[in-house]
Amino acid sequence: MSLSLVDKTKNFFIEIGDLSYFAGRFFKEVLKPPFEFKELLRQCYHMGNRSLVLVSVTGFIIGLVLTLQSRPTLIEFGAVSWMPNMVGISIVRELGPVITALICAGRIASGIGAELGSMRVTEQIDAMEVSGTNPFKYLVVTRILATTLMLPLLVIIGDAIALYGSALVENLKGDVSFQLYFNKVFDALEYGDLIPATTKSFFFGFTIGLVGCYKGYYCKKGTAGVGVAANTAVVFASMLLFFVDFVAVFVSDIFYEL
Amino acid sequence: MNDNHILQMKQSTGFQDSMPQENVVIYIKDLHKSFGDNHVLSGFNMKLTRGENLVVMGKSGSGKSVMIKCLVGLMEADSGYIEVMGKEVSTLSQETLDILRADIGFLFQGSALYDSMTVRENLEFPLRRHKNKLGNIVDTTPMVMEALENVGLAHAIDLMPSELSGGMKRRVALARTLILKPKVILYDEPTSGLDPITAKEIIGLMRSIQKKYNTSSLIITHDVDCARVISERMILLVDGINYAEGTYEELLKSQDPKVEAFFKK
Repeated sequence: MSLSLVDKTKNFFIEIGDLSYFAGRFFKEVLKPPFEFKELLRQCYHMGNRSLVLVSVTGFIIGLVLTLQSRPTLIEFGAVSWMPNMVGISIVRELGPVITALICAGRIASGIGAELGSMRVTEQIDAMEVSGTNPFKYLVVTRILATTLMLPLLVIIGDAIALYGSALVENLKGDVSFQLYFNKVFDALEYGDLIPATTKSFFFGFTIGLVGCYKGYYCKKGTAGVGVAANTAVVFASMLLFFVDFVAVFVSDIFYEL
Repeated sequence: MNDNHILQMKQSTGFQDSMPQENVVIYIKDLHKSFGDNHVLSGFNMKLTRGENLVVMGKSGSGKSVMIKCLVGLMEADSGYIEVMGKEVSTLSQETLDILRADIGFLFQGSALYDSMTVRENLEFPLRRHKNKLGNIVDTTPMVMEALENVGLAHAIDLMPSELSGGMKRRVALARTLILKPKVILYDEPTSGLDPITAKEIIGLMRSIQKKYNTSSLIITHDVDCARVISERMILLVDGINYAEGTYEELLKSQDPKVEAFFKK
Protein backbone atom coordinates (compact mmCIF):
# COMPACT_ATOMS: atom_id res chain seq x y z
CA MET A 1 0.00 0.00 0.00
CA SER A 2 2.71 2.44 1.03
CA LEU A 3 4.81 1.28 -1.93
CA SER A 4 1.91 2.06 -4.24
CA LEU A 5 1.68 5.53 -2.77
CA VAL A 6 5.42 5.98 -3.28
CA ASP A 7 5.06 4.82 -6.89
CA LYS A 8 2.14 7.17 -7.46
CA THR A 9 4.09 10.10 -6.04
CA LYS A 10 7.07 9.15 -8.16
CA ASN A 11 4.93 8.93 -11.28
CA PHE A 12 3.37 12.30 -10.49
CA PHE A 13 6.77 13.97 -10.34
CA ILE A 14 7.91 12.16 -13.48
CA GLU A 15 4.81 13.51 -15.21
CA ILE A 16 5.55 17.03 -13.97
CA GLY A 17 9.11 16.66 -15.28
CA ASP A 18 7.90 15.45 -18.68
CA LEU A 19 5.37 18.28 -18.84
CA SER A 20 8.11 20.82 -18.05
CA TYR A 21 10.26 19.34 -20.82
CA PHE A 22 7.27 19.55 -23.17
CA ALA A 23 6.77 23.21 -22.20
CA GLY A 24 10.48 23.85 -22.79
CA ARG A 25 10.19 22.36 -26.27
CA PHE A 26 7.23 24.65 -26.94
CA PHE A 27 9.27 27.75 -26.07
CA LYS A 28 12.11 26.49 -28.26
CA GLU A 29 9.87 25.79 -31.26
CA VAL A 30 7.60 28.83 -30.99
CA LEU A 31 10.37 31.23 -31.99
CA LYS A 32 11.72 29.15 -34.86
CA PRO A 33 10.41 29.59 -38.43
CA PRO A 34 8.45 28.42 -40.38
CA PHE A 35 5.44 29.90 -38.57
CA GLU A 36 2.08 28.22 -39.05
CA PHE A 37 -0.11 31.36 -39.10
CA LYS A 38 -2.94 29.79 -41.07
CA GLU A 39 -3.27 26.87 -38.69
CA LEU A 40 -2.98 29.25 -35.71
CA LEU A 41 -5.88 31.34 -37.00
CA ARG A 42 -7.93 28.20 -37.64
CA GLN A 43 -7.31 26.98 -34.11
CA CYS A 44 -8.11 30.41 -32.63
CA TYR A 45 -11.40 30.39 -34.51
CA HIS A 46 -12.25 26.85 -33.45
CA MET A 47 -11.39 27.30 -29.81
CA GLY A 48 -12.82 30.78 -29.43
CA ASN A 49 -15.95 30.29 -31.46
CA ARG A 50 -16.86 26.87 -30.16
CA SER A 51 -16.46 27.82 -26.50
CA LEU A 52 -18.22 31.17 -26.77
CA VAL A 53 -21.79 29.97 -26.23
CA LEU A 54 -20.86 27.75 -23.29
CA VAL A 55 -18.83 30.51 -21.63
CA SER A 56 -21.59 33.06 -22.24
CA VAL A 57 -24.39 30.90 -20.82
CA THR A 58 -22.31 29.90 -17.78
CA GLY A 59 -21.23 33.51 -17.19
CA PHE A 60 -24.80 34.74 -17.36
CA ILE A 61 -25.99 32.11 -14.87
CA ILE A 62 -23.08 32.79 -12.48
CA GLY A 63 -23.86 36.53 -12.45
CA LEU A 64 -27.54 35.81 -11.92
CA VAL A 65 -27.05 33.26 -9.14
CA LEU A 66 -24.33 35.22 -7.33
CA THR A 67 -26.60 38.27 -7.15
CA LEU A 68 -29.68 36.30 -6.10
CA GLN A 69 -27.76 34.47 -3.37
CA SER A 70 -25.99 37.57 -2.01
CA ARG A 71 -29.03 39.84 -2.03
CA PRO A 72 -30.77 38.65 1.17
CA THR A 73 -27.58 38.92 3.24
CA LEU A 74 -26.71 42.36 1.88
CA ILE A 75 -30.28 43.55 2.53
CA GLU A 76 -29.99 42.29 6.11
CA PHE A 77 -26.90 44.44 6.65
CA GLY A 78 -28.36 47.39 4.72
CA ALA A 79 -25.57 47.09 2.15
CA VAL A 80 -27.52 46.16 -0.96
CA SER A 81 -26.27 49.30 -2.72
CA TRP A 82 -22.81 47.68 -2.59
CA MET A 83 -24.02 44.81 -4.76
CA PRO A 84 -22.48 46.09 -8.07
CA ASN A 85 -19.14 46.68 -6.34
CA MET A 86 -19.09 43.26 -4.71
CA VAL A 87 -20.25 41.33 -7.77
CA GLY A 88 -18.03 43.36 -10.13
CA ILE A 89 -14.86 42.80 -8.13
CA SER A 90 -15.49 39.13 -7.38
CA ILE A 91 -16.32 38.33 -11.00
CA VAL A 92 -13.52 40.31 -12.60
CA ARG A 93 -10.82 39.31 -10.14
CA GLU A 94 -11.55 35.66 -9.53
CA LEU A 95 -14.82 34.02 -10.54
CA GLY A 96 -14.78 35.02 -14.21
CA PRO A 97 -11.24 33.85 -15.02
CA VAL A 98 -11.38 30.67 -12.93
CA ILE A 99 -14.82 29.51 -14.06
CA THR A 100 -14.10 30.30 -17.72
CA ALA A 101 -10.79 28.47 -17.45
CA LEU A 102 -12.42 25.43 -15.86
CA ILE A 103 -15.08 25.33 -18.57
CA CYS A 104 -12.39 25.58 -21.23
CA ALA A 105 -10.35 22.88 -19.48
CA GLY A 106 -13.37 20.62 -19.80
CA ARG A 107 -14.09 21.52 -23.38
CA ILE A 108 -10.80 22.50 -24.99
CA ALA A 109 -8.22 20.39 -23.10
CA SER A 110 -10.27 17.23 -23.52
CA GLY A 111 -10.89 18.07 -27.20
CA ILE A 112 -7.19 18.61 -27.87
CA GLY A 113 -6.28 15.48 -25.88
CA ALA A 114 -8.73 13.34 -27.84
CA GLU A 115 -7.85 14.86 -31.23
CA LEU A 116 -4.09 14.55 -30.89
CA GLY A 117 -4.49 11.18 -29.18
CA SER A 118 -6.45 9.75 -32.09
CA MET A 119 -3.95 11.28 -34.53
CA ARG A 120 -1.15 9.55 -32.65
CA VAL A 121 -2.96 6.21 -32.56
CA THR A 122 -3.86 6.30 -36.27
CA GLU A 123 -0.29 7.26 -37.21
CA GLN A 124 -1.33 10.65 -38.59
CA ILE A 125 1.39 12.35 -36.53
CA ASP A 126 3.96 9.91 -37.92
CA ALA A 127 2.67 10.60 -41.45
CA MET A 128 3.12 14.32 -40.85
CA GLU A 129 6.67 13.79 -39.66
CA VAL A 130 7.54 11.58 -42.63
CA SER A 131 6.19 14.24 -44.99
CA GLY A 132 8.78 16.63 -43.58
CA THR A 133 6.41 18.76 -41.50
CA ASN A 134 7.31 19.23 -37.87
CA PRO A 135 4.17 17.89 -36.15
CA PHE A 136 5.09 19.52 -32.86
CA LYS A 137 5.13 22.91 -34.50
CA TYR A 138 2.05 22.33 -36.63
CA LEU A 139 -0.15 20.66 -34.01
CA VAL A 140 1.19 21.58 -30.58
CA VAL A 141 2.61 25.10 -30.92
CA THR A 142 -0.46 26.38 -32.78
CA ARG A 143 -2.90 24.90 -30.25
CA ILE A 144 -1.03 26.18 -27.19
CA LEU A 145 -0.76 29.65 -28.75
CA ALA A 146 -4.44 29.61 -29.68
CA THR A 147 -5.60 28.74 -26.15
CA THR A 148 -3.20 31.31 -24.68
CA LEU A 149 -4.59 34.04 -26.92
CA MET A 150 -8.24 33.04 -26.83
CA LEU A 151 -8.77 32.46 -23.12
CA PRO A 152 -8.35 36.13 -22.07
CA LEU A 153 -10.88 37.09 -24.76
CA LEU A 154 -13.33 34.48 -23.50
CA VAL A 155 -12.78 35.67 -19.93
CA ILE A 156 -13.56 39.28 -20.89
CA ILE A 157 -16.72 38.21 -22.72
CA GLY A 158 -17.71 35.88 -19.86
CA ASP A 159 -17.16 38.66 -17.29
CA ALA A 160 -19.26 41.11 -19.29
CA ILE A 161 -22.15 38.66 -19.63
CA ALA A 162 -21.94 37.68 -15.94
CA LEU A 163 -22.19 41.35 -14.99
CA TYR A 164 -25.13 41.71 -17.35
CA GLY A 165 -26.85 38.78 -15.58
CA SER A 166 -26.23 40.43 -12.24
CA ALA A 167 -27.51 43.80 -13.53
CA LEU A 168 -30.65 42.10 -14.79
CA VAL A 169 -31.45 40.75 -11.31
CA GLU A 170 -30.76 44.12 -9.73
CA ASN A 171 -32.93 45.79 -12.35
CA LEU A 172 -35.85 43.42 -11.80
CA LYS A 173 -35.62 43.08 -8.03
CA GLY A 174 -34.13 46.36 -6.91
CA ASP A 175 -35.18 48.83 -9.58
CA VAL A 176 -31.58 49.68 -10.34
CA SER A 177 -31.10 50.89 -13.90
CA PHE A 178 -28.49 49.18 -16.08
CA GLN A 179 -26.61 52.46 -16.47
CA LEU A 180 -26.41 53.03 -12.73
CA TYR A 181 -25.39 49.43 -12.12
CA PHE A 182 -22.54 49.53 -14.64
CA ASN A 183 -21.42 52.97 -13.47
CA LYS A 184 -21.04 51.58 -9.97
CA VAL A 185 -19.20 48.50 -11.26
CA PHE A 186 -16.70 50.60 -13.22
CA ASP A 187 -16.24 52.99 -10.29
CA ALA A 188 -15.40 50.03 -8.07
CA LEU A 189 -12.92 48.44 -10.48
CA GLU A 190 -9.30 49.53 -10.71
CA TYR A 191 -6.45 48.63 -13.01
CA GLY A 192 -5.18 46.58 -10.09
CA ASP A 193 -8.22 44.35 -10.53
CA LEU A 194 -8.15 44.13 -14.30
CA ILE A 195 -4.45 43.66 -15.06
CA PRO A 196 -3.69 40.67 -12.78
CA ALA A 197 -6.95 39.00 -13.83
CA THR A 198 -6.21 39.41 -17.53
CA THR A 199 -2.59 38.37 -17.07
CA LYS A 200 -3.49 35.20 -15.25
CA SER A 201 -5.99 34.38 -18.00
CA PHE A 202 -3.08 34.10 -20.43
CA PHE A 203 -1.41 31.63 -18.07
CA PHE A 204 -4.67 29.70 -17.70
CA GLY A 205 -4.93 29.46 -21.47
CA PHE A 206 -1.34 28.32 -21.74
CA THR A 207 -1.91 25.65 -19.06
CA ILE A 208 -5.03 24.30 -20.80
CA GLY A 209 -3.31 24.09 -24.18
CA LEU A 210 -0.12 22.65 -22.75
CA VAL A 211 -1.80 19.85 -20.78
CA GLY A 212 -4.24 18.97 -23.58
CA CYS A 213 -1.43 18.76 -26.14
CA TYR A 214 0.90 16.87 -23.79
CA LYS A 215 -1.68 14.22 -22.97
CA GLY A 216 -2.74 13.80 -26.60
CA TYR A 217 0.73 13.92 -28.17
CA TYR A 218 2.07 11.17 -25.93
CA CYS A 219 -1.11 9.11 -25.99
CA LYS A 220 -0.45 5.39 -25.59
CA LYS A 221 -1.52 3.12 -28.41
CA GLY A 222 -5.09 2.01 -28.77
CA THR A 223 -8.50 3.60 -28.72
CA ALA A 224 -8.69 3.22 -24.93
CA GLY A 225 -5.63 5.44 -24.77
CA VAL A 226 -7.51 8.24 -26.54
CA GLY A 227 -10.23 8.20 -23.87
CA VAL A 228 -7.61 8.20 -21.12
CA ALA A 229 -5.79 11.10 -22.78
CA ALA A 230 -8.99 13.18 -22.99
CA ASN A 231 -9.99 12.35 -19.43
CA THR A 232 -6.62 12.93 -17.78
CA ALA A 233 -6.18 16.14 -19.75
CA VAL A 234 -9.25 17.61 -18.04
CA VAL A 235 -8.28 16.40 -14.56
CA PHE A 236 -4.65 17.44 -14.82
CA ALA A 237 -5.47 20.81 -16.42
CA SER A 238 -8.09 21.61 -13.75
CA MET A 239 -5.65 20.77 -10.95
CA LEU A 240 -2.91 22.85 -12.51
CA LEU A 241 -5.31 25.77 -13.04
CA PHE A 242 -5.91 26.04 -9.29
CA PHE A 243 -2.19 25.91 -8.66
CA VAL A 244 -1.54 28.60 -11.30
CA ASP A 245 -4.36 30.68 -9.77
CA PHE A 246 -2.78 30.39 -6.32
CA VAL A 247 0.60 31.50 -7.66
CA ALA A 248 -0.99 34.36 -9.64
CA VAL A 249 -2.93 35.65 -6.63
CA PHE A 250 0.17 35.33 -4.44
CA VAL A 251 2.33 37.25 -6.91
CA SER A 252 -0.28 39.98 -7.53
CA ASP A 253 -0.69 40.32 -3.78
CA ILE A 254 3.02 41.10 -3.49
CA PHE A 255 2.63 43.82 -6.11
CA TYR A 256 -0.36 45.30 -4.25
CA GLU A 257 1.69 45.39 -1.08
CA LEU A 258 4.36 47.34 -2.92
CA MET B 1 18.70 -21.18 -54.42
CA ASN B 2 18.38 -24.42 -52.52
CA ASP B 3 17.59 -24.90 -48.85
CA ASN B 4 21.22 -25.17 -47.91
CA HIS B 5 21.84 -21.82 -49.51
CA ILE B 6 18.93 -20.22 -47.71
CA LEU B 7 20.10 -21.53 -44.37
CA GLN B 8 23.60 -20.52 -45.22
CA MET B 9 22.30 -16.99 -45.67
CA LYS B 10 20.83 -17.20 -42.21
CA GLN B 11 24.32 -17.86 -40.88
CA SER B 12 26.10 -15.19 -42.90
CA THR B 13 23.14 -12.79 -42.94
CA GLY B 14 23.90 -12.28 -46.62
CA PHE B 15 26.37 -9.49 -46.01
CA GLN B 16 29.74 -10.46 -47.29
CA ASP B 17 30.43 -6.87 -48.39
CA SER B 18 30.90 -4.26 -45.70
CA MET B 19 29.92 -1.15 -47.64
CA PRO B 20 26.85 -0.41 -49.76
CA GLN B 21 27.31 -0.40 -53.53
CA GLU B 22 26.45 2.51 -55.78
CA ASN B 23 23.02 1.30 -56.91
CA VAL B 24 21.92 0.45 -53.38
CA VAL B 25 19.23 2.84 -52.14
CA ILE B 26 18.70 1.34 -48.68
CA TYR B 27 21.37 -0.43 -46.69
CA ILE B 28 20.81 -1.79 -43.20
CA LYS B 29 23.48 -3.59 -41.24
CA ASP B 30 23.26 -5.32 -37.87
CA LEU B 31 20.15 -3.46 -36.73
CA HIS B 32 19.15 -3.98 -33.10
CA LYS B 33 16.03 -2.72 -31.37
CA SER B 34 14.53 -3.80 -28.06
CA PHE B 35 11.55 -2.72 -26.01
CA GLY B 36 12.51 -3.60 -22.47
CA ASP B 37 13.30 -7.32 -22.47
CA ASN B 38 11.62 -7.84 -25.82
CA HIS B 39 14.36 -8.00 -28.45
CA VAL B 40 12.47 -7.18 -31.63
CA LEU B 41 15.41 -6.82 -33.99
CA SER B 42 18.60 -8.71 -33.22
CA GLY B 43 20.97 -7.95 -36.04
CA PHE B 44 18.79 -7.41 -39.08
CA ASN B 45 20.51 -6.83 -42.43
CA MET B 46 19.03 -5.65 -45.69
CA LYS B 47 19.90 -4.14 -49.03
CA LEU B 48 17.47 -2.60 -51.51
CA THR B 49 18.79 -1.79 -54.95
CA ARG B 50 17.51 0.81 -57.42
CA GLY B 51 14.25 -0.17 -59.10
CA GLU B 52 13.86 -3.33 -57.02
CA ASN B 53 10.71 -4.62 -55.30
CA LEU B 54 11.79 -6.20 -52.04
CA VAL B 55 9.29 -7.84 -49.71
CA VAL B 56 10.05 -8.34 -46.03
CA MET B 57 7.74 -10.94 -44.55
CA GLY B 58 7.30 -11.87 -40.94
CA LYS B 59 4.70 -12.75 -38.37
CA SER B 60 2.78 -10.01 -36.57
CA GLY B 61 5.01 -8.48 -33.93
CA SER B 62 8.19 -9.70 -35.62
CA GLY B 63 9.55 -6.16 -35.93
CA LYS B 64 8.82 -5.39 -39.59
CA SER B 65 7.11 -2.08 -38.88
CA VAL B 66 9.75 -1.19 -36.29
CA MET B 67 12.40 -1.75 -38.94
CA ILE B 68 10.88 0.67 -41.47
CA LYS B 69 10.18 3.23 -38.76
CA CYS B 70 13.88 3.14 -37.89
CA LEU B 71 14.59 3.54 -41.59
CA VAL B 72 12.83 6.91 -41.83
CA GLY B 73 13.90 8.15 -38.43
CA LEU B 74 10.52 7.74 -36.73
CA MET B 75 12.18 5.42 -34.23
CA GLU B 76 15.72 5.30 -33.00
CA ALA B 77 17.54 1.98 -33.29
CA ASP B 78 19.54 0.71 -30.32
CA SER B 79 22.48 -0.04 -32.57
CA GLY B 80 23.31 -0.78 -36.19
CA TYR B 81 23.87 1.09 -39.40
CA ILE B 82 21.13 2.50 -41.66
CA GLU B 83 21.93 4.23 -44.90
CA VAL B 84 19.28 5.64 -47.23
CA MET B 85 20.38 6.97 -50.61
CA GLY B 86 23.95 7.34 -49.42
CA LYS B 87 23.10 9.11 -46.16
CA GLU B 88 23.48 7.57 -42.73
CA VAL B 89 20.10 8.27 -41.11
CA SER B 90 21.22 8.40 -37.46
CA THR B 91 23.76 11.17 -38.11
CA LEU B 92 21.45 13.51 -40.05
CA SER B 93 20.22 16.80 -38.66
CA GLN B 94 16.44 17.30 -38.59
CA GLU B 95 16.68 19.61 -41.60
CA THR B 96 18.68 17.12 -43.70
CA LEU B 97 16.45 14.26 -42.59
CA ASP B 98 13.37 16.20 -43.72
CA ILE B 99 14.97 16.80 -47.13
CA LEU B 100 15.82 13.10 -47.41
CA ARG B 101 12.26 12.17 -46.44
CA ALA B 102 10.99 13.98 -49.54
CA ASP B 103 12.60 11.19 -51.56
CA ILE B 104 10.97 8.47 -49.45
CA GLY B 105 7.29 7.72 -49.75
CA PHE B 106 5.67 5.95 -46.83
CA LEU B 107 2.33 4.19 -47.08
CA PHE B 108 1.05 3.56 -43.57
CA GLN B 109 -0.80 0.44 -42.52
CA GLY B 110 -4.01 2.29 -41.65
CA SER B 111 -3.61 4.87 -44.47
CA ALA B 112 -3.07 7.63 -41.87
CA LEU B 113 -5.05 10.26 -43.78
CA TYR B 114 -5.49 13.53 -41.89
CA ASP B 115 -9.16 13.24 -41.03
CA SER B 116 -9.73 16.96 -40.50
CA MET B 117 -8.65 17.70 -44.08
CA THR B 118 -10.22 16.98 -47.48
CA VAL B 119 -8.53 14.64 -49.94
CA ARG B 120 -7.12 17.68 -51.77
CA GLU B 121 -5.68 19.13 -48.54
CA ASN B 122 -4.24 15.74 -47.62
CA LEU B 123 -2.35 15.65 -50.90
CA GLU B 124 -1.28 19.29 -50.70
CA PHE B 125 0.08 18.88 -47.19
CA PRO B 126 3.48 17.33 -48.11
CA LEU B 127 3.95 20.04 -50.76
CA ARG B 128 3.98 22.80 -48.11
CA ARG B 129 7.38 21.71 -46.83
CA HIS B 130 8.95 20.49 -50.05
CA LYS B 131 8.00 23.14 -52.60
CA ASN B 132 11.68 23.64 -53.47
CA LYS B 133 12.06 20.04 -54.58
CA LEU B 134 9.45 20.45 -57.30
CA GLY B 135 10.26 23.99 -58.39
CA ASN B 136 8.20 27.05 -57.53
CA ILE B 137 4.65 25.72 -57.49
CA VAL B 138 1.96 28.35 -57.77
CA ASP B 139 -1.02 26.10 -58.42
CA THR B 140 -0.93 22.68 -56.80
CA THR B 141 -4.14 21.46 -58.44
CA PRO B 142 -2.50 19.82 -61.51
CA MET B 143 -0.14 17.86 -59.25
CA VAL B 144 -2.95 16.78 -56.95
CA MET B 145 -5.05 15.73 -59.95
CA GLU B 146 -2.18 13.78 -61.50
CA ALA B 147 -1.58 11.88 -58.27
CA LEU B 148 -5.29 11.16 -57.85
CA GLU B 149 -5.66 10.07 -61.49
CA ASN B 150 -2.82 7.59 -60.93
CA VAL B 151 -4.97 5.87 -58.34
CA GLY B 152 -8.26 6.40 -60.16
CA LEU B 153 -9.78 8.77 -57.61
CA ALA B 154 -9.84 12.16 -59.30
CA HIS B 155 -13.57 12.44 -58.54
CA ALA B 156 -12.92 12.19 -54.78
CA ILE B 157 -10.81 15.34 -54.58
CA ASP B 158 -13.20 17.29 -52.36
CA LEU B 159 -14.36 14.44 -50.14
CA MET B 160 -13.40 14.03 -46.49
CA PRO B 161 -11.57 10.82 -45.45
CA SER B 162 -14.62 9.79 -43.41
CA GLU B 163 -16.59 9.62 -46.69
CA LEU B 164 -14.16 7.12 -48.25
CA SER B 165 -14.15 3.32 -48.06
CA GLY B 166 -11.11 1.45 -46.73
CA GLY B 167 -9.82 0.75 -50.24
CA MET B 168 -10.32 4.36 -51.33
CA LYS B 169 -8.47 5.59 -48.25
CA ARG B 170 -5.54 3.33 -49.12
CA ARG B 171 -5.54 4.70 -52.69
CA VAL B 172 -5.61 8.30 -51.49
CA ALA B 173 -2.77 7.51 -49.11
CA LEU B 174 -0.87 6.07 -52.06
CA ALA B 175 -1.57 9.23 -54.06
CA ARG B 176 -0.28 11.33 -51.15
CA THR B 177 2.84 9.19 -51.10
CA LEU B 178 3.35 9.77 -54.82
CA ILE B 179 2.86 13.51 -54.89
CA LEU B 180 6.48 14.28 -54.03
CA LYS B 181 7.71 11.82 -56.70
CA PRO B 182 9.75 9.72 -54.26
CA LYS B 183 12.65 7.55 -55.38
CA VAL B 184 11.79 4.83 -52.92
CA ILE B 185 8.43 3.84 -51.46
CA LEU B 186 7.99 1.99 -48.18
CA TYR B 187 4.74 0.06 -47.88
CA ASP B 188 3.69 -1.00 -44.38
CA GLU B 189 1.15 -3.82 -44.77
CA PRO B 190 -0.42 -2.30 -47.92
CA THR B 191 -3.19 -4.89 -48.15
CA SER B 192 -4.04 -5.48 -44.50
CA GLY B 193 -7.68 -4.99 -43.61
CA LEU B 194 -8.80 -5.01 -47.26
CA ASP B 195 -11.01 -7.54 -49.01
CA PRO B 196 -9.22 -9.76 -51.59
CA ILE B 197 -10.52 -7.83 -54.60
CA THR B 198 -9.51 -4.42 -53.24
CA ALA B 199 -6.19 -5.91 -52.11
CA LYS B 200 -5.56 -7.07 -55.69
CA GLU B 201 -6.38 -3.59 -56.98
CA ILE B 202 -3.92 -2.03 -54.55
CA ILE B 203 -1.22 -4.51 -55.57
CA GLY B 204 -1.94 -3.69 -59.22
CA LEU B 205 -1.57 0.01 -58.47
CA MET B 206 1.71 -0.59 -56.67
CA ARG B 207 3.07 -2.41 -59.69
CA SER B 208 1.92 0.21 -62.17
CA ILE B 209 3.40 2.99 -60.03
CA GLN B 210 6.68 1.15 -59.81
CA LYS B 211 6.79 0.82 -63.60
CA LYS B 212 5.67 4.39 -64.31
CA TYR B 213 8.02 6.17 -61.90
CA ASN B 214 10.77 3.53 -61.70
CA THR B 215 10.73 3.63 -57.92
CA SER B 216 12.33 1.14 -55.57
CA SER B 217 9.83 -0.48 -53.22
CA LEU B 218 10.21 -2.03 -49.81
CA ILE B 219 7.04 -3.87 -48.91
CA ILE B 220 6.37 -5.06 -45.39
CA THR B 221 3.65 -7.67 -45.33
CA HIS B 222 2.46 -10.97 -44.01
CA ASP B 223 0.18 -11.43 -47.03
CA VAL B 224 1.69 -14.28 -49.07
CA ASP B 225 -0.42 -13.46 -52.14
CA CYS B 226 0.81 -9.88 -52.10
CA ALA B 227 4.40 -11.11 -51.78
CA ARG B 228 3.96 -13.59 -54.63
CA VAL B 229 2.65 -11.00 -57.07
CA ILE B 230 4.89 -8.08 -56.28
CA SER B 231 8.20 -9.36 -54.97
CA GLU B 232 11.38 -9.71 -56.96
CA ARG B 233 13.19 -10.76 -53.82
CA MET B 234 11.97 -11.66 -50.34
CA ILE B 235 13.41 -11.63 -46.86
CA LEU B 236 11.81 -13.64 -44.07
CA LEU B 237 12.16 -11.87 -40.76
CA VAL B 238 12.17 -14.41 -37.94
CA ASP B 239 13.43 -13.92 -34.39
CA GLY B 240 14.70 -10.45 -35.26
CA ILE B 241 17.04 -11.54 -38.04
CA ASN B 242 16.73 -12.11 -41.79
CA TYR B 243 16.18 -15.82 -41.48
CA ALA B 244 15.96 -16.58 -45.18
CA GLU B 245 16.25 -14.71 -48.41
CA GLY B 246 15.48 -15.45 -52.04
CA THR B 247 12.80 -15.20 -54.70
CA TYR B 248 9.25 -16.29 -53.92
CA GLU B 249 9.70 -19.55 -55.81
CA GLU B 250 12.97 -20.33 -54.04
CA LEU B 251 11.49 -19.81 -50.61
CA LEU B 252 8.38 -21.74 -51.54
CA LYS B 253 10.51 -24.81 -52.26
CA SER B 254 12.27 -24.60 -48.90
CA GLN B 255 11.87 -27.47 -46.48
CA ASP B 256 12.92 -25.45 -43.49
CA PRO B 257 9.97 -25.60 -41.03
CA LYS B 258 10.09 -21.91 -40.20
CA VAL B 259 10.09 -20.96 -43.89
CA GLU B 260 7.40 -23.49 -44.74
CA ALA B 261 5.17 -22.07 -42.02
CA PHE B 262 4.78 -18.86 -44.00
CA PHE B 263 3.51 -20.54 -47.12
CA LYS B 264 1.15 -23.08 -45.59
CA LYS B 265 -2.46 -22.36 -46.54
